[in-house]
Amino acid sequence: MRPRGADYVHLIRMAGLFVVGVTAFVLLRWLMVPADFGVYGHYRAGALKDNMDRPVVFAGQAACVECHTDVAEVRAAGRHARVGCEACHGALAAHAGNPDGVKPVRPDPRKTCIICHTASISKPKTFPQVVPADHAPKGSCADCHKVHNPKLS
Amino acid sequence: MNQDRRSFLGQTGKLLILTASAAVAWEHVLAGRPEDAPNYTATDHWWGMAIDIEKCIGCGTCVRACKTENDVPHEDYMFRTWVERYVVDPADLDHPQVDSRNGGYDGFHEREVLDTRLKMFFVPKLCNHCAHSPCVQVCPVGATFESPDGVVLVDKSYCLGCRYCVQACPYGCRFIDPRTKTVDKCSLCYHRITKGLTTACCETCPTGARSLADLKDPKDPIHAFLRDHKVQVLKPQMATGSKMYYNGLDGSVR
Repeated sequence: MRPRGADYVHLIRMAGLFVVGVTAFVLLRWLMVPADFGVYGHYRAGALKDNMDRPVVFAGQAACVECHTDVAEVRAAGRHARVGCEACHGALAAHAGNPDGVKPVRPDPRKTCIICHTASISKPKTFPQVVPADHAPKGSCADCHKVHNPKLS
Repeated sequence: MNQDRRSFLGQTGKLLILTASAAVAWEHVLAGRPEDAPNYTATDHWWGMAIDIEKCIGCGTCVRACKTENDVPHEDYMFRTWVERYVVDPADLDHPQVDSRNGGYDGFHEREVLDTRLKMFFVPKLCNHCAHSPCVQVCPVGATFESPDGVVLVDKSYCLGCRYCVQACPYGCRFIDPRTKTVDKCSLCYHRITKGLTTACCETCPTGARSLADLKDPKDPIHAFLRDHKVQVLKPQMATGSKMYYNGLDGSVR
């Protein structure tokens, strides 16, 4: 007669393996999953801060207007009132952070104006557009228009 | 008092740090810009964007600004935001011609008018920051997620680069950054909006065709925009919960 228990010994071995497996899983998970994972959801909470911490390149209007109040006033009176400074002048957070050290390059009016104002059939009809070659074949747009308030001067 | 040197230093340090941050916050409040204070609470905001197609002139300033602000590779097909030009036969909305050379980075060349019946317009596109994002649902490791303030972000240090989300996004807003081999997409300038600035694209848009919106702020102009215009989101049938509200969105836009 076979000894009692012989037919479930293999189950005990398997249960042992199972316990070892679960322990290894819990241990590895504890080691490998960052502590802040799952604070807000299925992601690392620190990722929010990583995304916040990148450097700002465009200073934003408010920063420009803080010093350049005179230009802001001229612009506010004309049709460029709602055009952001950095739309034409480019990214200038470096200048805003160090006004004397970093000097911005003055944009070339002709090149800058035509980016928006070149006539195109695809543009909204109400937007002021010209064919540069017909409108003013030579010279700078700034010869006739003040760039910050584009009414004819 | 029974206090050793270690706990004394720890407590003093904490006190100093707290005082310093409170002082910085107060400085911003005094300057009349309390929103710049470094005590941003994500749950007070719900970010989206209002996009007015009727104002877009296809100048590409947003595309250039975005690439500058977010250090996006200067390669074709790698954009966090881009502009498409639609040329539509009004009687055949199902077959629009769409062009977007270099994502509109250099603006758009003038098109020959072959048929005056055709209608044309520009559609600025970017991540729709869906409230129920397909891309978030498929990420196997939790490297992309919806933040508590409604922005879909990427955890670049956690991304495997498996490209599952690139396929899942119904709007084609994601690409693999060849430098890091991880996914990249519009973060709605999370580093700017959490500091009280607007996004680079909204900052530079010369016609006001796009404006950042905080849907939880009752004073935000988005509420007037949504009330006064007939707005639509892209692919509403996919129920993604997109928060990019388009005014003047034609039925032909995909």
